[in-house]
This record gives sequence, C-alpha cells and structure tokens, in this order.
Amino acid sequence: MITGTQRHDDMSRSFALTTRLDAIIAWGQKNALWPMPYGTACCGIELMSVMGPKYDLARFGAEVVRFSPRQSDLLLVAGTITEKMAPVLVRIYRQMLEPKFVISMGACASSGGFYRAYHVLQGCDKVIPVDVYVPGCPPTPEAVLDGVMLLQRMIQKRTPRPWKDNWKAPDYE
Amino acid sequence: MSKLTEIKSELAPRFSVSQFEFNSAFGDDVLVVPKSDIFQVLQFLRDSGKFDFLIDVCGVHYPQRQKPFDVVYHLFNSKDASRLRVKVPLAEGESIPSALPLWKGADWFEREAFDMFGIRFDGHPNLRKILTHHQFAGHPLRKDYEADRQQHCTETLPIHFDHDGATRGDVLNERYMPINLGPSHPAMHGTLRVMAELDGETVVRAACEIGYLHRCFEKMAETHPYNQVIPYTDRLNYCSAPMNNVGYCKTVEKLLGVEIPARAQAMRVILCELSRIIDHIIAVGTGGVDLGALTSFFHLFTYREKVYTLFEKLCGARLTVSMTRIGGMAQDAPEGWFDDVMVFVKEMRQGIDEISQLMLGNKIFIKRTQGIAPVKAADAIAWGYTGPLLRASGVGLDLRKSKPYYGYEGLEFDIPVGTNGDIYDRYLVRIEEMRQSCRIIEQVCRSVPGGDYTIRDKGIVLPEKKDVYGNIEGLMNHFMLVIKGLRPPVGEVYDATEAANGELGFYLVSDGSANPYRLKVRPPCFAIYQSFPTVVKGWQVADAIATVASMNVIAGELDR
Repeated sequence: MITGTQRHDDMSRSFALTTRLDAIIAWGQKNALWPMPYGTACCGIELMSVMGPKYDLARFGAEVVRFSPRQSDLLLVAGTITEKMAPVLVRIYRQMLEPKFVISMGACASSGGFYRAYHVLQGCDKVIPVDVYVPGCPPTPEAVLDGVMLLQRMIQKRTPRPWKDNWKAPDYE
Repeated sequence: MSKLTEIKSELAPRFSVSQFEFNSAFGDDVLVVPKSDIFQVLQFLRDSGKFDFLIDVCGVHYPQRQKPFDVVYHLFNSKDASRLRVKVPLAEGESIPSALPLWKGADWFEREAFDMFGIRFDGHPNLRKILTHHQFAGHPLRKDYEADRQQHCTETLPIHFDHDGATRGDVLNERYMPINLGPSHPAMHGTLRVMAELDGETVVRAACEIGYLHRCFEKMAETHPYNQVIPYTDRLNYCSAPMNNVGYCKTVEKLLGVEIPARAQAMRVILCELSRIIDHIIAVGTGGVDLGALTSFFHLFTYREKVYTLFEKLCGARLTVSMTRIGGMAQDAPEGWFDDVMVFVKEMRQGIDEISQLMLGNKIFIKRTQGIAPVKAADAIAWGYTGPLLRASGVGLDLRKSKPYYGYEGLEFDIPVGTNGDIYDRYLVRIEEMRQSCRIIEQVCRSVPGGDYTIRDKGIVLPEKKDVYGNIEGLMNHFMLVIKGLRPPVGEVYDATEAANGELGFYLVSDGSANPYRLKVRPPCFAIYQSFPTVVKGWQVADAIATVASMNVIAGELDR
C-alpha cells in the first residue's frame, strides 16, 4: 500500500533531483566543452583524428568545434608555438570568455619538444596558463581523450587552478 | 658528351670560362660562376632551353673562407630530367643580381636566403624577412648564430602589403577594404596568414605572411647526427611523413654511394604510395570542408585511420613514423603486413570511387571549382610548380617517370595530367593519382623481394640488438658507430623524390663530420604558395579560400 507522500516522493524522483547549484553548473560545463582547435602543426592532424569518425570527441560532449575564440571555452593548443605565433596565441586566449580552459597537446606545445631552437617558444605555458598537458609527439587520440576526461574531472571537482588565477598577461601590445 | 661538357662548349664563346669551374661530383653537375656573370649565365641557360625550371635558391655559410657565402641555384630540365647546380661565392656585404626577372619563382627563395644569411639580391622588389619574426635580429643560419638563442616577439604584425610591417602602404583607403585571414582563422589551414584588399567581394590584391611555424629545421639538422635528423624530417610535411624520411635518407645514401637492398626499396615504395594516398585524402577532404562539404572529410578520414593502423603495425607510430634509416629500414615488416596492405588497397579503391562521385560529380563542387583561378603551364613552370599542381596545368612531369628510383621504372602506372590548371583539375589529378598509387602498391605487394631490409655496413648501420648483446664484435661496432657517428665523405649532393605535393629536394653539404654541415630542404609548396597573391587576384574571397585548399599548403614544410 503506497501512501500519498510516498507516491509523491517516487514521482518526484522520476523527473527531478536535488543538487547544489554549482555542482549542476559544473556538470553542464564539463559535458559541453566547446573546443577551439588551435592546430598549428603535426598535432593538428592528430586532432583531426580525434574529431574524426573513429575517435569522435563528440562522445564527450565536445564536438562543437568553434574557430572563434568568443564562442569557445576550451583552447586546444595542438602543435608548435613559434615566437612569431606567441603574441597571436595570447590575443586569442584573451578573447575567450570565462570560464575558459586550456589543453596543451603534444611535446611542442608543452615544452617546445625537440625544437630547442631559435624561433620556437619553449612551451605555450610561457605565455598562457595551461590546465592539462598531454604528452606525445604527437599524442595518440586516446591520450587526447584522456586529457579531455581529466579536464572534465577537474571541472566537476572544481579543482583550484592557481596557475590561471595568478596568470598575468605578458606585457604585449 | 656529357651535359656539362656540352654546356661548357656552349658557354665558351660567350663568357670567359677560364674563371668558371666545371666539376662533377657524386653524380651532380656543378658550375661555379663569379658574381659578375651569374645573371647572364642563368639567362643563357634558360633561353637556350637547357634548363626550364629554377628549383631552388639557397645560401651556405663558410666562415673560414675569404668569400664566406655561396649562393646556390638548382636548375632542372623537364625534358631529360638533368640537373645543374650553379654556385656563386660571395664576400661579406656583397650583393648579387636577383634571378626574379628570369624566374618568378625566385622571389621567396631569395627572400629566404636574405633572411637566413643576410645575402642581398639586387633588384628584388620586396627583399625582407620571410620566415623569422619582424623583431628578430641577425641571420640564424650563419654559423656564428647559436641554435638555441631565442628572441621574443612581443607584437603581431599589422596588415601590410608589399611594404614593411611598419609602413602600412596605402592600405585603408576609402574604396577598398583590407581583411586579415589567419594565422588563426577558420578558413585558413594551419598557420597561414593571408592579407587581402577587397573591392566588394573581389580581391584587388593579396599578400601572404608565412613563418608562423618556422621551427628551424635546417638549424636543427646542423646540430644533430645524420640519423637523428630523420625524426625532424617527419615533421616537414606531416600529412605524409614517411615520404620525407625516404627523401632525406635517399639523399644521404647518394652521398655515401650506397644502394639499399631490394626489399627496403619495395618497402619504401609502399610507404611512399600509402603516404601519397593519405596526403591526398587530407587535401581532398579538407578541400571539401573549405567549400562547405563536411562529409568528404569524415568519409575520407576513415580510410586515413586504416593507413594509420598499417603504420602502427609496422612500427608502432601512427603519424610520425621515422621508419627509414640511412641504409635501409629500421626493421622488417611484420608477418602478414603486405597482405594487410593488399586488403586496404581493395577497400581504398572502392573509397576513391565513392569520393569521386561525391565530389567530382557534385554540381555545387563543379560550380565552385571549374574554371576558377587557373594557372597556365608556362606560369606554373616559371613559378617552380611541381607535383599535382603542375600536372593539373598540363605538364606531365613526374620524377617517378622522368628519373625513376626504387624500381618505379618497372612498375605500370600512369601520370594523370589536367588541362586547365583550375581548382577542379587539381582535385581531378589528385583523385586519379590515388588510383594509380593503389595500382603501384598492388604490383609491389604481389612480389615483395626477400632478403635483408637494410645494408650491413658497420660504418653506416647499427648492428642488430641480438648482436649487440650477444657478441663482442656487435657490441664494438655499435659502440664505434654511436661514439664516432655516421660520417659521410666531404662533398655535397642534391637529390629529389616525387612527394605528394611535388618535388621534395634535399641539398646536403657534408664536411666529413657526424652532423650535416648544411641541409637545405626544397619544399614543394613553398614554390607553389608564393604564386598565391597573383593567382587569386581578381577572383572572389571564397575562390581564394578554395585556391589555398587546392594548393594543399602544409605549414610544416612551408616554414620548416
């Protein structure tokens, strides 16, 4: 015999849930990352594979690729950033709206890779704050997916991001 | 009579050839000319029909010499596939006449030599930096510039046309609108930047700024041993990485004077043709995206993934395989690999048919590409076009036919040639080339030669691991080669292969040490892309985007 209160409880469980506001916002954020692919080099080609039919980043809610920084919240730096490119990258990053996240894909973007050279920036974290580094030259698509999932967990848990909070834009422009 | 003596006898009545030097080394003909005669000599060589292509212009720095610079021209004759290297020694501060009036294609090559070495070309209308950023001081490929001395760039370059970044020219007048596309722009590939001035939708003039992916390949090559350069070559044209490996190794092997075993040749041919297919997949697939058709990309990428799987089976890497070594391959193919390749080729043939129906038969695609921004054969030659773009313009030049290597002479395949040189023809040629590559792979796979996958010269190739750990001789040879390094003889060679985008050439100077003294890459799309402002002039912006896509400019090899 189901009492009236119980029946209402069951009913409400079937279409509603209780949560904290920040938790549901985080849930929404992590499952709707709109990446801006900043593919400059070889990693850009592997990023195409990540977006492509076999690996399909859409499964993680991040298929809406936006080439406009104004419309995206995840900057995927895929490839070598040269000295010539650095000011452009900073400008793109500053044009993105909060909240925003950065994944550095591959050895070059993370550290300059094996290009210890006169025209290569030794890691894009020299100019912008990076949340997740994905190693590899280039990383396999699985590794990139792992990086995206790691970022999702960070968003869900609201992991503190001092590198971003303390970031000062290079005194460009 | 060899070609060089023929040239000598024809030059004799016109020039004081006693000051010239004629020599042949490592199979290359070399002509050393003093600075005062260079323009006339080049003009004579072009006008007499000896050489119709200017393939490359570059500099070399010899700080010990009294005249520390060499300007090196590589000429090519498309009729008999002969080559000539013309060298001009220059003192510090001396300038040399520009070859631009003879070949339009000299434009960017001379700018690069200026940027890298500070060599001045008289009469060049726009001699300014091309690869390094505008705040960069010095000339990085000079021997006294340290490879890792970075200089920060703190500002972006404003829109500019023929002038310096600082003087903006007559941009922003009332009639025309300047727009900037790139280096981060949805319609631009990689890191290209195009600045255009528009009258309504029509491009009045355009300019390209490149160098946003200048990763100092040539300096890195000078600071690494020969075999360690191979991973860097992967990242030149990363859409078809194995082809760059093959091109580089072939050049070093030419300098060493070694012939690789038949099995290694067969494996290289298969790798090259698979790479050609996947490179064209990127060109055609993303070309469709630029015209608004996303399906072609998704559809073609399934085939690309299949090739990645084959590469993974072969060596463990997907994209940047570094599968070749100087003297052969890194390892043998695993059992059944050639059968897997055959299975893939069968699927690919079907895929090519589908994609050609999807794109070449599509009304929108035809309307957007047929007759758009055509390039005539004569212009294409003057610009230094090679590969599919040259063939789309109606010149049937392919190094696999005209100067065959690795057994291409024994294989049956056709060279597709276009007629108009428009965007449609370029895709037509690419798709047909994919079919021909399938044919080649099938022929090679049917009869893969047995035997070793590499030569066993202990001064060139490391012994196998079982010998290193198993016997003292192997251990010693390994130790000696690692410590001493692979040391080719003193000399210089130029060698080229037919890569997916055209002639991929390597000019290698060796001083007998373990690192290359100078390694110049002749990237196919560098010559092609410099024609872009001229080609798109008078066409609409959307056509310009389609043109960039059809040129398949890969920033990795463009900027190096």
